[in-house]
Amino acid sequence: MSGMAEKDASRWVYQQPWPARKMTAPPPTMAASPLPPPDPQFVLRGTQSAVHALHFFGGARGQERPLLLSGSLSGLVHIWSLQTRRAVATLDGHGGQCVTWLQTLPQGHQLLSQGRDLKLRLWDLAEGRNAVVDSVPLESLGFCRSSVLARGQERWMLAVPGRGSEEVQILEMPSKTSVCTLKPEADAKPGMPMCLELWQADSSPRPLLLAGYEDGSVALWDVSERKVCSRVACHTEPVMGFDFDSQKARGVSGSAEKALAVWSLDEQQALQVCGTHELTNPGIADVKIRPDRKILATAGWDHRVRVFHWRTMKPLAVLSFHSATVHCVAFATDGLLAAGSGDQRISIWSLYPICRDASTPLLGHAEGGEVGAHALA
Amino acid sequence: MDPAQSAVPPTIREALRTLSSSEDGGRILSALGSLKRYLSGAESPAPPGEQEEFARRHFSDVLRCLVDRLSPGWLELLPDGQLEDLWASFFLEGPADQAFLVLMESIEGAAGPSFRLTKTAQLLARFLRAGRMAAVMEGQCRQQAGPAFPPLQDALLCKAVGLPDHLGNRLRRENLEAFLPQNYFPLLGEEIVRVLQALVDSLRGGWDCSVSFLSQVLGKACVHGRQKEILGVLVPRLTALTRANCLWQRVCWRLVECVPDRAMEALLTGLVEAASGPEVLSRLLGNLVMKSKKAQFVMTRKILFLQYRYSTPMLQSLLGYLAMDSQRRPLLIQVLKELLETWGSSSAIRHASLPQQHYVSKAVLICLAHLGEAELRDSREDLLASLMAGVKSRLDSSLPAVRRLGMTVAEVASARIHPEGPPLRFQYEEDELSRELLALAAPPPAADSPSEASPAVAPVAAETPDRGSANHGVPQAQPEATGSDLDSDDELVPYDMSGDRELKSGKAPAYVRDCVEALTSSEDWERWEAALRALEGLINRSLAAAREVSVELAKVLLHLEEKTSVVGFEGLRQRALVAVVVTDPAPVAEYLTSQFYALNFSLRQRMDILDVLTLAAQELSRPGRLPKAPHCGSPSPASQPSSTQAPAWRAVVEERIRSKTRRFTQGSARRGPDASPSEFNLAAGYFFFPLIRHFDRPLVTFDLLGEDQLVLGRLVHTLGVLMYLAVNTTVAVAMGKALLEFVWTLRFHGDAYVRRGLLSAVSSVLLSVPAERLLADLPDELLEARPWLA
Repeated sequence: MSGMAEKDASRWVYQQPWPARKMTAPPPTMAASPLPPPDPQFVLRGTQSAVHALHFFGGARGQERPLLLSGSLSGLVHIWSLQTRRAVATLDGHGGQCVTWLQTLPQGHQLLSQGRDLKLRLWDLAEGRNAVVDSVPLESLGFCRSSVLARGQERWMLAVPGRGSEEVQILEMPSKTSVCTLKPEADAKPGMPMCLELWQADSSPRPLLLAGYEDGSVALWDVSERKVCSRVACHTEPVMGFDFDSQKARGVSGSAEKALAVWSLDEQQALQVCGTHELTNPGIADVKIRPDRKILATAGWDHRVRVFHWRTMKPLAVLSFHSATVHCVAFATDGLLAAGSGDQRISIWSLYPICRDASTPLLGHAEGGEVGAHALA
Repeated sequence: MDPAQSAVPPTIREALRTLSSSEDGGRILSALGSLKRYLSGAESPAPPGEQEEFARRHFSDVLRCLVDRLSPGWLELLPDGQLEDLWASFFLEGPADQAFLVLMESIEGAAGPSFRLTKTAQLLARFLRAGRMAAVMEGQCRQQAGPAFPPLQDALLCKAVGLPDHLGNRLRRENLEAFLPQNYFPLLGEEIVRVLQALVDSLRGGWDCSVSFLSQVLGKACVHGRQKEILGVLVPRLTALTRANCLWQRVCWRLVECVPDRAMEALLTGLVEAASGPEVLSRLLGNLVMKSKKAQFVMTRKILFLQYRYSTPMLQSLLGYLAMDSQRRPLLIQVLKELLETWGSSSAIRHASLPQQHYVSKAVLICLAHLGEAELRDSREDLLASLMAGVKSRLDSSLPAVRRLGMTVAEVASARIHPEGPPLRFQYEEDELSRELLALAAPPPAADSPSEASPAVAPVAAETPDRGSANHGVPQAQPEATGSDLDSDDELVPYDMSGDRELKSGKAPAYVRDCVEALTSSEDWERWEAALRALEGLINRSLAAAREVSVELAKVLLHLEEKTSVVGFEGLRQRALVAVVVTDPAPVAEYLTSQFYALNFSLRQRMDILDVLTLAAQELSRPGRLPKAPHCGSPSPASQPSSTQAPAWRAVVEERIRSKTRRFTQGSARRGPDASPSEFNLAAGYFFFPLIRHFDRPLVTFDLLGEDQLVLGRLVHTLGVLMYLAVNTTVAVAMGKALLEFVWTLRFHGDAYVRRGLLSAVSSVLLSVPAERLLADLPDELLEARPWLA
């Protein structure tokens, strides 16, 4: 299985050198009038402040529709029912400071929320409860979102921005034991980490961390060895968000500049940039690949959400609904797209419905627990 | 009975007596047999002299006698219907004209439905079926050699053409199929062709004959309005027969020439309609227009100038007919001159209806297509003068259709009349009509000089490939978006992403004052544009701040020019102005209305003022208007808002509440916050009266009652809308009074757009002023308006 994945990736890298794909003429049938720009399926209003974090929760088992969690500038976390399109609960745990990151854990109904009050809260949402069960103090005031690697039932790994401005701290949860601190070499000077992603290849037990830095580079850390495996400069501006497709070993990142970068990871665990994609307006706040790896969405500072074909990076749609910066996007396992914006609204879109194909395993964004059960070493 | 009876040969007298009195079948049979000898084609005929004598003098008596005797009992005197056959044979084989007359006479003389009427009608149908009408007419045509019987001919003519009417009157519901006009007249046409065939044959044989009876029949049928039926048969046959036969052509020309003058118009219009093209018309008519004054009048004046119901192909065949012969071409030039004169006359433009103007324009273009350059050059000055006068008056018109017509005709006609001159080119949107006109300008394939007309056709031809390449350009412009899918299973179809433009909100000012400053002094066009875009929202968000600078802002916006090509500039500016007026109605409206009559504004700006006032009034008078977010509808000032419309759902909800609620006390139900005072109440006067005050004072640059009638029309419409929106306000009565007076002074204005506006203004007065006030306060004005409207 893992061999397949790597082979697949290498085939893509070498045989389809994106972006050198402007050679073929358009098929004449495409001259027909394109579909009109889509409209949101519905809009959630009522956060009463800018939305900075979104996360779908549940719904993977297919019966009930997922819940949507949103974190706002005013420090509240709203739990929205997509059935009734109303907020079913509001969590207030960050003292009025912006909530920047939300993530649920596979075991039980536990929610992690990161706030600018330098607290990472663990909530228990089971059976209608909404109580803080644990709290992790943070030491970085940046906007860097944390990341979780939760494969085991008991213990899970958490990456948070560390005390030093360039550091990333790895904690073992729920004991809150600091595993290590990942600090770049002295001469690297990548600036602050801007976004993190912990992941683990299916073939190896070693957890890896991808981190986007202030200088526009993306680095791959081997957590166990505490060293940078590879680092590549993708942007000239800080990396604002990225997403990584571990099956294809390929990722996409957005920054404050006017381009998206696509990079891949080869078998020697070396990152390389495959290409960049020019945008109309600068500034990408968030990038997410849909769990079925067909499309990806970007949250733009230009108030628009852009949708691309993930394999070819062909632009598919520009969703212009919001009237302020879009801060975050999120995909549900059923393909629903949510975008949260500074105009205090959350728009829900349904584009390119997922065909239920059992052969393509889903990415683990929405539901980390889907991936499998490996105990941390 | 009459003296001629005495000279009757004894055999005939005897037979007649037997016929009229005898009840014995055998005797009747022998009497009929003896009479039959006198008919041509009998077995043992009487000498020809006697036959002729009999036919001339006694035949009709015999026939009358036969008709009189007709009864069921009489027919049964002999077995097997022998008698009936014999009886009928007299009518069918004897001289046709007398048989026809006697039959018609007896049918007309019948008092009511009877056996005799039925029998005679059936016999007449047989008569027609047997083609005896041809014999009737042929007899008349040949008789010209001998002594003419005008009364007889007239009677025959009347009966032949009026047959369907007579029969219809008499038989009513029992009428036979053959007598219906739609069946009879085609038959008559066929018969005429047969007669003509016989005449042509006899002409070949050196016999003399005349077609004037046929012409009379044809003319009369056309006068009776049966052109379609009779010519529908006749024209195709004649078209085929005259194709290569001079004799036929001559006969045909003679046929048309002999048509009496009063029937000429009916026949000619029918012929032009039925003929399939100019060549056919030319073959059928010959040089008729040169020979007959009446025909010339019909063809060159009546069809072209006095009527406009004919289709374009008819016009084409008519004018093509004029163009086909060198003798007739001067007539065509004359026609073109007169057509252009009419086309160019400003009074015709004002008083003729639009379809008629189209008709004349089409005729002009067809004429131009037929005329050669040399012919045009001789009268170029006259033609150009009329053309230019027409173009000028048309461009002045306030009706877009008239303007467009003027532009289309001017482009095409000037290219033809003056091909060396600089080409006229207008910017107008092509529509069906202009395309039709352009197509007419192309010369017919048989025209003298097909190459000369090419400039007129060139624009059409040049545009088509352009458009084609533009279409091809679209897919080429976005190859990234659509193409190059290396994977075949890709089913994700992109959405339209044309709206993805660069965001320019970075420099938008945050305060109204900043906007004013940016709009007046900024050289930074991005900032200027951002300010313009942000202005409406800013005004609505901060009403107090906007009120402080309202007049200043209105002044800036009114004078604003589109310095860079901003998408939707007009709309942005208009919405901003409307927002300003709505924010601070009185002073801004006062300013705008004063500027409407000020010097140094363009007509466009003046009309903008009117539009803005209309929209602002509409906004202010909207019931339940939220002070925060006014929504401007379509910017057309003529659109009238649907005013107080009670929501239907509320009634339903209230009904449901009432049915579920138990009330312990009787009290008045509370009213919802539905009614709110119209904000237009306070401001209506500021909008209305300054506008109506100065319309009759011409300025150097602006003369409402003079040539700026377009603005006057808009002003009248605006006043009407303001009046309409002022419903339920206190000033409505005063406004209505002033408006009715205003309407009175302009009621005979020459421009249709203005007059239409006046009518809408009167209607809005009647709608807006309460009925009792209408009668109490402005009876004089109403009385004055009534005779004008009635």
